[in-house]
This record gives sequence, structure tokens and C-alpha cells, in this order.
Amino acid sequence: MSQRIPVTELTGDFRQRAKEALGDDQLRTNFRNAMDSLMTKRADAFPDEEEREGLRELGNRIKARALSRLPDLLEQLETRLTENGVHVHWAETVEEANRIVHGIIERRQGRRVVKGKSMVSEEMEMNDYLAGRGIESLESDMGEYIVQLDNEKPSHIIMPAIHKNRRQVSRLFHDHLGEPETDDVNELIRIGRRALRRKFMEADVGVSGVNFAIAETGTLLLVENEGNGRMSTTAPPVHIAVTGIEKVVQNLRDVVPLLSLLTRSALGQPITTYVNLISGPRKPEELDGPEEVHLVLLDNGRTGAFADAQMRQTLNCIRCGACMNHCPVYTRVGGHTYGEVYPGPIGKIITPHMVGLHKVPDHPSASSLCGACGEVCPVKIPIPELLQRLRQENVKSPEEEPGVKDGGAKYSRSERLIWRLWQQLNSRPGIYRLFLWGATRFRKLTPKKAGPWTDNHTAPVPARRSLHDLAKDHLARQGGQ
Amino acid sequence: MNARNNILNKLRAGLSGATPRPDDFDERLVTEPWQYAPEDRIGRLRSLMEAVHTEVHTVGSKDWPKTVAGILSRRNLNNLLYAPETDHGKQLGEHWQATEPTIELVAYDRPVEEWKDTLFWGVDASITGTVGGIAATGSLVLWPDRHEPRLMSLLPPLHIALLRASQVEDNLYTMMQRHNWSSGLPTNALLISGPSKTADIEQVLAYGAHGPKELVVLVIEDE
Repeated sequence: MSQRIPVTELTGDFRQRAKEALGDDQLRTNFRNAMDSLMTKRADAFPDEEEREGLRELGNRIKARALSRLPDLLEQLETRLTENGVHVHWAETVEEANRIVHGIIERRQGRRVVKGKSMVSEEMEMNDYLAGRGIESLESDMGEYIVQLDNEKPSHIIMPAIHKNRRQVSRLFHDHLGEPETDDVNELIRIGRRALRRKFMEADVGVSGVNFAIAETGTLLLVENEGNGRMSTTAPPVHIAVTGIEKVVQNLRDVVPLLSLLTRSALGQPITTYVNLISGPRKPEELDGPEEVHLVLLDNGRTGAFADAQMRQTLNCIRCGACMNHCPVYTRVGGHTYGEVYPGPIGKIITPHMVGLHKVPDHPSASSLCGACGEVCPVKIPIPELLQRLRQENVKSPEEEPGVKDGGAKYSRSERLIWRLWQQLNSRPGIYRLFLWGATRFRKLTPKKAGPWTDNHTAPVPARRSLHDLAKDHLARQGGQ
Repeated sequence: MNARNNILNKLRAGLSGATPRPDDFDERLVTEPWQYAPEDRIGRLRSLMEAVHTEVHTVGSKDWPKTVAGILSRRNLNNLLYAPETDHGKQLGEHWQATEPTIELVAYDRPVEEWKDTLFWGVDASITGTVGGIAATGSLVLWPDRHEPRLMSLLPPLHIALLRASQVEDNLYTMMQRHNWSSGLPTNALLISGPSKTADIEQVLAYGAHGPKELVVLVIEDE
């Protein structure tokens, strides 16, 4: 696996991929089952509505407080971590972050990297970057491992391989590891465990993400169920953690409610099997643990979102995935349709800051605005409100100075002209009456084709008489009685 | 250092004119729903841990090494990784010397690099202490150190943990307060709430993903 891993190319745009996904019965069944079960588990984990709402409000306040002091907290985090013996690095772009990670590995002459789950490393496409430089970078979370073996990307941020069923995994293990095919999930996990344990033992460097970085104590907190995160951060001689700058919280106690919100919202568990608090490398007298610990703090568009007080709320996100589990669009089209690292509702509001609206012009409108995402968000990000804001930014003209990266991606002069005429028409009674007169009389002349609408619907035709007209008659009759 | 300054400057520009939000952390929200009568704490911890495939036994402070030997021989295991310098390690060693079971005691007494192969593939079980437990979530708290290194609770397929009944706290918040975590954490602190598990394939729960397949908790009743 040390050669460059070709990542499956995503073809077409959101609409085309959505169409394909909607026609894939297997994929739709896999997602429907998984999302239904995750929704039930979350609901069961929050039996008391008052407790849940109190905790969500607290979670929101903790994140808002941390963001209101973000630069100071980042400096405090850096100071504490440095005191604890952890090296702190800063990167504005994914390219810079990759260079830093590669530099650390090179200095140790490392060739084998084993990774715990990290969405930021997905942002960086770190596996590809390292593979291109002769370094094996292996995912060790079972789901991520499966996805990587098949040259795919995760389709869910918590359950990366949720789009696959056991037969597809068995086939994959058979083809890549030479294992006999099996329908037994326990056996499939045993196969993965054996293959990966050797990798943990041999790895020169372990890479992980971070769930919360605590400024007060200089601590990196990681949650997981499998133990691969602990392996990656404990067994190899070097541990590199990569994270976004928004993951910092002020005090250790702040993680108590956030942790509870995270695991209950994500998986319906009161807590994950492991909560791993790392505050420094191995001390001279200790017998295991990494000799070096590094933290890479990544910007990648986050400061852009931060600059706008409304969009800043996207940085509250603790990556639980509840919004996608509850999204009627995500459930039907699956994670790959979004074509980016972060799918679903949260992906739609954070991706534009990273890659620009030009790359994801359909994301803000791929939503029914049903509001489920905002209702379940453990840190109360008003996702529907932010989607509406992005829709506005998406159609701004260059003179209107869009407030989001590549805003105005969908700006069209003709559309703008039509809306302007429509506005005039509706705000001037004289013209409006003239329009009604014409629309009701020449209604037969309405075009039979009206864009994509008429692909699945009959074309709208104005009524013979307007509501105005009917109301006038009605009132006249009442007056005459 | 350029990246650092650029990031911090952009963030500061974004905050210009704004005041930092006050710290209005309401601790009642994370403590009041999670309070138990002292006699109920163990029961709560036990039921939560059993729900995630953990075996919990109540043992006496003198005879627990016998229970350990029984757990190992029932499973036909060959060896047990332990920490000879700790109090419980000494107690275990004495029991072993007196009874001479066929199960070999293996001391974690040298750096991992010197015997990685054995640690990764050749150890059947381990026994460690804990600094306490948390009733609200059914968790053990471990602070690995020189004597009981981090990998002891991770590599062996069976992990046996000793928990003193008196050291079980209501919730994570009270645990942090009681032991004043914010004034100093060890290089690695852990909450462990069951054996390693995954549901990554079709959401089917499987134990022993990468860490222990089995977790056994021995609750030591204080005398």
C-alpha cells in the first residue's frame, strides 16, 4: 500500500450524483436503516427534554464563550502545551499543514504512519499527500480502514463505511487481504483487528484528530470506541495530532457537558468506551507513550467564517453527525453525493468557507429547510438560518461584495432582472392590475415548458379570474343582500 | 511563525469591538441529574458497565487475588501482565508465591521498545488499578504512570481492573473537582467504559475491535 492511492474520482455535480444515488436501492436501504437506528438511539439517550435543552443551551454558551476569546485561548493552549512538552504548529492552508506533518515524519525517517480517525486529516487529504512521498498512511478506525481499502472517502463523519453492507466488506477483505468470504460481522472485525495490530506495532508515527483542546491545562481530548485512537497515540514513538482552530475550549470543566452532548448526539451512548486525555509526551521515567507529541492547528477557511458574526456559529460544531442522521436529504442521497469531506447539513454550511461557493454552488439549496438539523444540533447552530444566508450570498452580484468565499457563484443577471421586474410589478397597483388583466385573458398563451419544473409537473396556468376579481364580486353580493 | 501571526491577527480583527463572553458555567446542569445515594453508586456503575459487556464482581480486600486466579484459569489463560511495584501488584505477587498457580505473572518493568512483540501478541491478560469510577456513565478512571504504563489497559485481550467502592464518584464533574484535575493532569488520563468495540459494519456491535475483548471489574468493598 505504499504506492500512491488513487482516490475514486467523483464525477458530475451534486444534482447528477443525487440522481444516481436516488436510483441505487442498496445505498438507500443502507442509509435508511442506519439513520433510523441512529435517530432512535439519540432519542433514547435524551429521555428528559428539560435536561437535554438545558445541556444544549450550556453547550452553546461554552462554544460561544470560547469563540469570543479564541485568539487568547489559542495562545494559552500553545503556552500550556509547550510547557507540557508538546510541539505546537500553525497552518493557514492544508498544503502548509501537510508540509508540517511530512517534515516531522521525515526528520524521524518515518515510513509507516498509522492514523486514528480525523476529519481534519481528510480535509488535508493527508493519506494521498504522504503516499505521494513514499510514506504509507493507513487508516485504523475499522470504518475508515474499509473505506480506504476500497479507495473511497467516508460517507458519514461518524460511520465512514455506513454505505457498505457486510457482503461488500467481506468481498473487499477477500480481494485485498486474501481472507475467505464470511457473513459474520464478528469474523470480519477479527480480520481487521489482526491486520491492523501489526500496523500499530510497526508504525513510526501515529496521527490523530482532536475532539476538544483544553486551554486551561494544555490537554488534547479524544473520544472513541475501538481503541485504535489510543493505539495510534500511544504505541508509535511519535504522535501528531491535527485539528481545526475552533476545537479549543477554555476550561477543563467545559468538556463535561460537551462530552455528554457529543456521545449522546452521535451514537446515543452515555459515553464512549475510551476518553483519552493527552497532556504531554512520555516522561523520562515512563515505559511507554510517544517520545514526541505535536499539535498542528489548521485554519483552512475557518478565520473567514469567524470574521462574520453570523457565520462564526458554524465553528460551534463538535462533529457529532446528528444533523446528517436527521436530514431527509442526506438520508436519501448519502454522503458521497455532497462530493466534499463534510456531507449533510453541517457540510453545507462549513464547506463554502473552505473551498468556496464556486465549488459547491448547489449545497445551500439542497435542503428542504425542514429545520430538523437545527433542532437536534447539540450546540444549537441555527443551520437552516445559515443555509438561507448562504443562498443569499450565493446570488449576490460582484458589486454587493459577498461575505462568503466565492459568494455570487450563482449570480445571474437575467435572474436578477426578472426578480426586479417582479418586485416592480407587485409594488405598483396600477401595473399589477394591468398584469392581472392580461394574465387572466391571455392565459392560454402561458408557455408549456417552464424549466426543470415541467419535467415532473404540468405547467402552471393562471386561473380564468383572479382572486381579486372574485373577492370583489363576493363582497358586492354580500353588500346587495 | 507567519501562519501563527496571520491566524491570530485575522481572529483579532474579527473580534474588534466585541467583549469576551462571561463564564456563566452552570454546574447544576451537569451534576443535579447525575446524583446518587452512596449505596446506589455501585449498582448504577455495575448496570451500565454490564450493559456494555463488562463483567463486574464484588470482592474482599484480602481475597481478590484468588478471584483473579479463578477468572484466568476458567479461560485457560497462560499469563498475566501486572505492575509489581504497586500495592496491589505486591499483594498479587504474594498470593501467587503462596499458591503457585500455573499462570505466569509478567511484570511490565522495561520500556515498550524492548519487548514490543511479546506485549502485542504474547500477553493474555493484564491487571491494573484505577483512581476511581464514575456512576453516571459507568466509567473507570485510570492515570497510567511509570508502574502501570498506558498500554497495560489496551493491548491484552482481557483487562482486569481493580476499583475501590469508596472511590466511585457520582459524575465526571464531581470526579474532576474531588481530585482537582484542573491543577494538573498526568501525561495520559483515561476514562474506560467497557471493552473495545465497534459498530462500523452495518451497525452490528462487535467487541474487541483493537483493544481488550473483555473487561472485568473487581469492586473492592472497603472494610
